[in-house]
Amino acid sequence: MWRDALLVAGKDLRIELRSRVVLNQVAPFAIVVLALFAFALGPDRAPMVQAAAGLFWVAVLFAVVLAVQRSFALEANDGTRDGLRLSGLDPAGIFLGKAAAIAVQLVVLEVLLAAGVVLFYGAHVRSYGAVLVACAAGTAGLAAVGTLYGALAAGVRVRETLLPFLLLPVVAPVLLAGTRAWQVALGTGPGGDTADPWLRLMLVFAAVYLALGVIIFGPLQEAS
Amino acid sequence: MTVPWSRRVVWTVRTLAVVSLLSVATTVWLGLWVTPPDKVQRNLVRLVYVHPPIAWVALYLAFGIAAVSSLLWLWSRTRSVFWDRLAAASMEVGTVFTALTLVTGAIWGRPTWGVWWAWDARLTSTALLLVLQLGYLALRRIPGDPEARARRCAIGALIAAVDVPIVHFSVNWWRTLHQGATVLNANLSPTIHGIMAWTLLLGFVSFTLAFAWMLTVRYRIQVLSDRLDGVDLDIALRERWSEGDE
Repeated sequence: MWRDALLVAGKDLRIELRSRVVLNQVAPFAIVVLALFAFALGPDRAPMVQAAAGLFWVAVLFAVVLAVQRSFALEANDGTRDGLRLSGLDPAGIFLGKAAAIAVQLVVLEVLLAAGVVLFYGAHVRSYGAVLVACAAGTAGLAAVGTLYGALAAGVRVRETLLPFLLLPVVAPVLLAGTRAWQVALGTGPGGDTADPWLRLMLVFAAVYLALGVIIFGPLQEAS
Repeated sequence: MTVPWSRRVVWTVRTLAVVSLLSVATTVWLGLWVTPPDKVQRNLVRLVYVHPPIAWVALYLAFGIAAVSSLLWLWSRTRSVFWDRLAAASMEVGTVFTALTLVTGAIWGRPTWGVWWAWDARLTSTALLLVLQLGYLALRRIPGDPEARARRCAIGALIAAVDVPIVHFSVNWWRTLHQGATVLNANLSPTIHGIMAWTLLLGFVSFTLAFAWMLTVRYRIQVLSDRLDGVDLDIALRERWSEGDE
């Protein structure tokens, strides 16, 4: 399973390195979203600092939708989806591999977005640990759910419109918990004193969906 | 085309319809005329005979049936088209009940809290549930092979069902200002009495019956529309063949 996961993740990341679609299109898009939030909230710094944590995670959610769409667009042409299914790779390995590739791309996007939040909104990080754990757990959860829904929508003609509609409500807990954890870490808003319960929630979310994906990806591949 | 269910089934469904409509009517009568107004909430308390029963059907019964039957379809030993249809019917009727939960809640919230909508924990998670259910219905409407559709929908329902407890807890921590549970509180001693408690109980029974009736009707529609798809194909095939004969 792990070897298969490495193979699939390596394949997806190699394609990304050569095509640079996420880097050249999704990353600028995420920065544009940050700028749009700044336009919407006005030129004053105060409301932007206040909202920085939530805006970061909303931008990450938008980026997840695009990254997942890109990841499964790779399999849409030339019968690669059937090829992958016939390759004899463990479905759980394929799931983990695709999720890992999405997660790596998300981490790059999150670094960019975090830098943007600090630079453009003037947010000040007080606790780097909480920020990092929140990003790690959130990324794992988002990549897992994203891969599941990506595969679910892959064989469908209306996938571009279907995916965000299905995916975004399900990841609402990540948005809530991520925002609260970041509010604690940035010292803004009613996050409370400690980010621990929120970080734990995100870890549980990630664990649940990684486990579900490992179990269910085999039958899921047959649906498309 | 022969009717795919026996006379006895038809009569059972009809009886269920009559009983559920009568009991809903009795709930309305008791709730609006017989029971007294509340000391604090006055006539607003009458919504309590409707809102919690609808919410029980929407949040637990309908979604639970849909989730369990999706699981049973996915498990190869119990796989049957019955579970697929039951999941679809339950989710669709449940969506109506979830929407009604939100509407009746808003009608109560406006005079009590002063707003139609508040970002309270239960409201937020119920709204998220409604969106998840609408997502399932969207999956359902995608045309294609029935087997693939059943698989897709069952897995979609499972991914959403796993999310429900997580949403519940996260939103609860996030914020809460909803009234605590009245009947099923921690020490199981109801905080309402007499005729009001009985009316509430009848409300639960009657809306559950109404749900069961709507579920059977929706299930029958599902069976008929599946048949119709097959018949349409047959007709089209026969037309093509007859063109070939000429």
